[in-house]
Amino acid sequence: MTTEPTQDTTDGGTEAGLGADRDRLISTDIDAGDRATTPSETVVSSTDLSVYYGNEQALKDVDIEIPEHKVTAIIGPSGCGKSTFLRSINRMNDQIDSCRVEGSLGFHGKDVYDENVDPVALRRKIGMVFQKPNPFPKSIYDNVAYGLRIQGKDDEVDLDGAVEEALRSAALWDEVKDQLDSSGLDLSGGQQQRLCIARAIATDPEVVLMDEPASALDPVATSKIEDLIADLADDYTVVIVTHNMQQAARISDKTAVFLTGGKLVEFDDTNKIFENPEHQRVEDYITGKFG
Amino acid sequence: MSTDTIGDSLTESSGQLYRRLRERLFEGGLLVATVMGIAMLAVLLAYVTVDAFSLLDPEYGSWVDWQFLTNLPSRTPTEAGFLAPIVGSVFILIVMIFAVFPIGIGAAIFLEEYASDNRITQLIQINIANLAGVPSVVYGLLGLAVFVRGMGLPSGIVLVGGLTVGLLVLPIVMVSAQEALRSVPESRRQASYGMGASHWQTLKNVVLPEAMPGILTGAILALARAIGETAPLIMIGAATSVFSVPTGLFDTVTAMPLQIFNWHSRPQPEFRHGVVAAGVVTLLAVMLIMNAMAIYLRNRYESDEL
Repeated sequence: MTTEPTQDTTDGGTEAGLGADRDRLISTDIDAGDRATTPSETVVSSTDLSVYYGNEQALKDVDIEIPEHKVTAIIGPSGCGKSTFLRSINRMNDQIDSCRVEGSLGFHGKDVYDENVDPVALRRKIGMVFQKPNPFPKSIYDNVAYGLRIQGKDDEVDLDGAVEEALRSAALWDEVKDQLDSSGLDLSGGQQQRLCIARAIATDPEVVLMDEPASALDPVATSKIEDLIADLADDYTVVIVTHNMQQAARISDKTAVFLTGGKLVEFDDTNKIFENPEHQRVEDYITGKFG
Repeated sequence: MSTDTIGDSLTESSGQLYRRLRERLFEGGLLVATVMGIAMLAVLLAYVTVDAFSLLDPEYGSWVDWQFLTNLPSRTPTEAGFLAPIVGSVFILIVMIFAVFPIGIGAAIFLEEYASDNRITQLIQINIANLAGVPSVVYGLLGLAVFVRGMGLPSGIVLVGGLTVGLLVLPIVMVSAQEALRSVPESRRQASYGMGASHWQTLKNVVLPEAMPGILTGAILALARAIGETAPLIMIGAATSVFSVPTGLFDTVTAMPLQIFNWHSRPQPEFRHGVVAAGVVTLLAVMLIMNAMAIYLRNRYESDEL
C-alpha cells in the first residue's frame, strides 16, 4: 500500500483500503506487544442464529463470538444442536434438503449465508474433521493431497513437502513415512482420524471444525488427538464439539454450553464454565445432575 | 426356580424333539429347492452338449467346429454356419454400449446425486423399476413404433435392433448403477465436501471411482441379458436368417437366438438337434464369457482401489 502514488488517496475506495490496512497494522502491533492478555480477534460470530430441520427447530437464537487461535469447545447433551451449530459454520447443512437457517453467521464479519457466498470457497477456508474417521479409499499420500489437488494448488506448492508438513502437524509422519503409498484404510482408527486431521489442515484453512473427533477412538488414540488439538491452536482456530466434559476441560480455552432446545446457555472461558458457571442449569449439567 | 427344575428344562422333551424334527424338515426342503434349480440347468447343459458334440452318434462328429463358426447359413445341415448371427449380435451390443450406457449411467447419476427427493423424482423412480419388468415383446413394439414408423429407419437393421434392445435393458442399467452409487458411504462424500470440493469434484474423485465396479458389473450383466433377447428383434422385423455378414449400422441383421429359432423350425432332424445344440452352446459360451468378464472387471477394480 505504501508504494501507491499519493494522489490516488483522493479516491474513496483507496481511502477505505488504507483505513483497513491501518487497522490491521494496529492490531498487529498489539499482538506483538502482549498476546496473552489481548482479546483475540473474532473469527466466527453468530447473531440470532436459528436452524430448522423441516418444522423442527434445532438451534434457537444463538449468539456467539469465537476467537481466533483458540480452542473453543461446544458441549451439551445429545440433541442439543451442537453438531448442527458446527455444521452451520461451514454450511455443511446445505447438504440436507429440509434444513433452513435464519439469523446471521459471520466469518470475519461476512455473513456466510449471503446469497453471493460460495459454500465451496467457504469450506476451503474452514476445514472439518468428522466423528467417524472417513479417509478416502486412496493412498495416505493421496488422502492428504486431496484438498490441494481439488483446489488446484498442487501446481503452485511443493506437494510432497505439503503432505509431509501436514502429516507432521498431525503427529502421524513418523508412523506412516515409509508407507505413504499404502491405503489410508489400512491404518488403525486413531491413525485414520489423524490422517483426516492432516487432510483437513493440508490446505491451510483458517478454522478447523471437529465434530466429536475422538468419540470413536480408544483412550490412547484419544489422548494423542487431544495433544494434537492443543498444538493446532497455535496456527488454527479450532472449534470442537464433544460430549466428553473432561475432554472439553482439558483442551479448550473457551467453552460453549448448549442445553436442550438448541439454546446456547453459557459461553465463557473454560475455567469459568467449569469452576463457576453463571447458570444453575449449566452447573447441574457439568456436575452430572442431568444430561 | 430351583436348580433342579432348571436342569430338567434343559433335557429333551417330546415337544423339543418335534421342534428339532420340524427344523430338519425345513432345512431339507430348502436344500431340495436349491438342488432343483441347479439340476435343471445341468440337464439342459448335458442335453445340448450331447447334441452339439454328437457324443451319442460318433458318425457325425462335433457340430461346433471352425466351419460352424465361420460359415454363412446353408440348407445343408453340415454346412450351416453361425457367423452372421454372431457378428450381428456383436454389432447390436456395440450399438447398445454407445446408446444406452451414457444415458443409463447419466440418468442414474442425476437421480442419485443431483435430483432432490420430491414427488417427481419418486414417480420417475417407480417408473424405472416398473419398466425393468415390462415384457420384451412390448419393447419390440415400442422400437417398431419409434425407430421404424416414427423415424423412418428401415426395419431389421443393426441400428434399430441395437436401439430397441437398448431400450429394453436401459432400466436395468439405470437401477444397477443407482444401487452402485448408493453403496458409496455418505461419510466419503461429506469428507470431500468438507474439504471444499465442488459437487462435480466429489463425484469425479470420490463417488464414481468407488461406484465404478458396481456400475460396470450391472452394465455387463445387462448386455448378457440383451444378447439372449429374441422377441424385440422379431418385432422390429429382423430376419431369422441372414445370408450376409453385417458390416455397418444400416445392414440387415440377425442375432444368435433368432438363428437358433430358425434352425429349430427346419424339417431335417440334423438341424433340430445338432445345429440347434451347437448354436445354443455357442450362445451360452458367449454369455459365460461376458459374465466372467463382469466378475473379472469387478475384482480388478476392487483390488486397484487401495
